[in-house]
Amino acid sequence: MDNRVVITGMGIHSCLGTTLDEVRESLFIGRSGIIFDPVRKEMGFRSALKGNVPMPDLKADLGRKDRKNMPEEALYAFASTKQALEHAGISQDFIDANEVGILFGNDSTTGAVIEGVDLLREKKDTTLIGSGNIFQSMNCTVTMNLSTIFRLKGVNFTISAACASGSHSIGMGFLLIKMGLQQRIICGGAQEVNPYAFGSFDGIGTFSTHEDEPTKASRPFDASRDGLVPSGGAATVILESLESAQARGANILAEVVGYGFSSNGEHISNPNVEGQVRALKMALEMGKVSPDEVDYINAHATSTPVGDRFEALAIHQVFGDNGPLVSSTKGMTGHECWMAGASEVVYSLLMMQHGFIAPNVNFATADEDTAKIRIATETVQKDLNIVVSNSFGFGGTNSTLVLKKFG
Amino acid sequence: MSREEVISIINGFLIEEFEADSAVLLPEANMHKALDLDSLDYVDLVVLIEENFGFKMTGEDFKEVQTFKQFYDFVTERVN
Repeated sequence: MDNRVVITGMGIHSCLGTTLDEVRESLFIGRSGIIFDPVRKEMGFRSALKGNVPMPDLKADLGRKDRKNMPEEALYAFASTKQALEHAGISQDFIDANEVGILFGNDSTTGAVIEGVDLLREKKDTTLIGSGNIFQSMNCTVTMNLSTIFRLKGVNFTISAACASGSHSIGMGFLLIKMGLQQRIICGGAQEVNPYAFGSFDGIGTFSTHEDEPTKASRPFDASRDGLVPSGGAATVILESLESAQARGANILAEVVGYGFSSNGEHISNPNVEGQVRALKMALEMGKVSPDEVDYINAHATSTPVGDRFEALAIHQVFGDNGPLVSSTKGMTGHECWMAGASEVVYSLLMMQHGFIAPNVNFATADEDTAKIRIATETVQKDLNIVVSNSFGFGGTNSTLVLKKFG
Repeated sequence: MSREEVISIINGFLIEEFEADSAVLLPEANMHKALDLDSLDYVDLVVLIEENFGFKMTGEDFKEVQTFKQFYDFVTERVN
């Protein structure tokens, strides 16, 4: 069995907006979603910068019995998934009559864990933690909650792969449908934004300290980059077999043609070029796409000195001196971590749909290594037929997806 | 604490936290059915009672209490 796999819906809840139109506009004009958060400064953060992600008000959509089990990342994921299902034209009646699965990337539930532990320490009585905390604090909270809310009957698990979690979730969904094991899967990534989730990450010196200029702090590939800005939210795409999509008369947004994955087998936080190159080549080969056919690369580049350098070298090694235009949308979004691989697929799909490349904002000067790739410093109007999306994570996990305009 | 105060607090958190319709909070109605309580809901009721009245209700207590009136009476007796 070798099914073609297409994307028929998408949804997004991020610091760039909470609707597809709003996010498309942010991407087109290069609008940043980064702010300074004084609460983090009071808590002792080196960097108090973050993505400004609004909390969705879901009281009209979900009752208490559902909401009490959902931490912020699950609420974001509900918002993006509701949008994506509507965008795909998939109703609850359809879900009830057909097998639909869910695979989501998520790698922490720190806020919920801390809330539960604080209550236990204060009350010294486990019952007084309340009933919702166990469902909020398990790492599969997003898939656990959404699968019950939407009454899903297909595959159902969470992928934890650091900052590549969202990308691997789409990759795994792609493989299951390609192999004929599933017909349609809700895929995505979610990321909590509360400060507890990022304290230790800040502590190891990973975040940008350009606090005086929040919107200019995240500078992927720029010579003056000094670290990432943490952000979050959720993004969802609806993956379907081509057969399923055509049978429903769905609007097909793009085809997923390649998924490459690898592990560096080296340092826990430092990337390497060889592992990224293997993921890139695997994805291109699976998609039967040659490097010169790629129109755009949505880079993982988070604005860290080492990470961006290694990605530039990997892209250069695979695509050569005259490779496709590259931009990292993290200049606007900050690093959406577990969600990033999924949100950047949504951003790439919006660019593909509307014929433009979003700018790599805050890039002014290349260094020796980032000068080797072609960075889109401004919005470029361009028809995008084939797009590559990179995602890399701690532990040396790498994921590359190749998307192709359908037709 | 007066019985009226107990009723006011209980109805307040049932409406606010449990999102109960005030119309179902009838003294003679069966509270388990009216609130559609499942096993997890009892845990949250225990938390709310402890927060508001300073004691823990047990599973056995909930078996004894069937109507809202019995619930109000039970809590009033425990807090006085």
